Amino acid sequence: MDLQNTFSSTSLSFLLEGFLVTLQVALFAILLSFIFGILLGVCRYTRVPLLSHLATAYIEIVRNLPLLLIIFFGYFGLREWGLKLPVTLSVIVSMTLFTSALVAEIVRSGLNSVDKGLVEASRSQGFTYIQTLRHIVLPLGLKRTIPPMVSQFISLIKDTSLAVVISLPEMTHNAQIIYNKHYNATIPMLILVALVYFIVNYSLSRASRRLEKKLIG
Amino acid sequence: MSFDISSLEAYKQDFIDGFLTTLSASLLALVLSLAIGTVIAVIRLSRVRLLEWIGTVYVEFFRNTPLVIQVFFFAMGLPSIGIDISEFTAGAIGLSIYTGAFIAEAIRGGIQSVPSGQMEASRSSGMTYVQAMRFVILPQAFKLVIPPLGNQFINLVKNSSVLAIIAGGDLMYAADIVSSQTFQINLTYIFVALLYLVITLPLSYGVNRLERHLAQTV
Repeated sequence: MDLQNTFSSTSLSFLLEGFLVTLQVALFAILLSFIFGILLGVCRYTRVPLLSHLATAYIEIVRNLPLLLIIFFGYFGLREWGLKLPVTLSVIVSMTLFTSALVAEIVRSGLNSVDKGLVEASRSQGFTYIQTLRHIVLPLGLKRTIPPMVSQFISLIKDTSLAVVISLPEMTHNAQIIYNKHYNATIPMLILVALVYFIVNYSLSRASRRLEKKLIG
Repeated sequence: MSFDISSLEAYKQDFIDGFLTTLSASLLALVLSLAIGTVIAVIRLSRVRLLEWIGTVYVEFFRNTPLVIQVFFFAMGLPSIGIDISEFTAGAIGLSIYTGAFIAEAIRGGIQSVPSGQMEASRSSGMTYVQAMRFVILPQAFKLVIPPLGNQFINLVKNSSVLAIIAGGDLMYAADIVSSQTFQINLTYIFVALLYLVITLPLSYGVNRLERHLAQTV
């Protein structure tokens, strides 16, 4: 085991660079899929025929495909169609396309969990459908989506490592470069990277559990 | 953008092999991760401090680290210390260990939703802890756990695409090979996407129906 090259300052600073790319890609993708996921989820919930059917088709197809396929599509596929995105942007696009579908399902089940009686009561008080959605269904329904959404975003952070296939210089990719050079450092390097992911994701999931208790309890 | 589906015909065997590899990796990993998940769930609920702790560490560590890293550990880490295993085996083990953590959580949730009076009743009628688990608690828990397990299996099929990264010969790997040889990139991707949907959509539909059915009966 080559611990010297695993913990050398060159290795660690190269890994840190990768970590920053991972964080950057993850943050943008989380923000975008949060927005698009809520829009898609609301479209599906509303039962406005065309909107809801389009949203359903998108959600059902995308969430049943491997993310890896979508990452390949976002890079090589779009290129074939003449859209040459820089690798970082293409990963953000792919991640967003994929995660929005999953966030949309979370949003839909959150909105569905709002008591139908409340919706009827609000309509009979003279609220329009849009007003009911905005003032009753969304605030109550979205609150319940926080914990599953956080686990979805934790998955997203982990899944940025799939972008290793198109050489996005994120943490896993940089680790790979290091251990390709120092073969005996492979295992300690992989464990070190796993621990970094673990610390980030475990802290997030703890924080979300605490938030959940506060919101419900 | 012209789609000429006949250009893929020469690669029929690649797609068939890939499809079968994806299926067999997913099924093998399903069996292994069910075994891992059940054991971990049971020891987490055992109230034996050390076992509980081991179970918790397993679940939290493996579900909070990327599958890619776990697969790399078996595909590249082990060979670096002289243990050579095939790409397929490395992928299947990685998938099983990762999915096992999620299945453990699903099963634990199922077990906990069986009223605690049942365990007390079984114990007081003379069953050991293991007997009570095996004959009373687990059979009931498994019923509640079927929908989340179905979802995990769908994830497993999708996640088996990591085999492509270590040249594991799965469907995504076939897509990679064929698209780089035909230069019909999107045509190949769309075709492969349809093949994935052939597996995942019926499963998704089944899980949804089952969930609705259980919501009415339980």
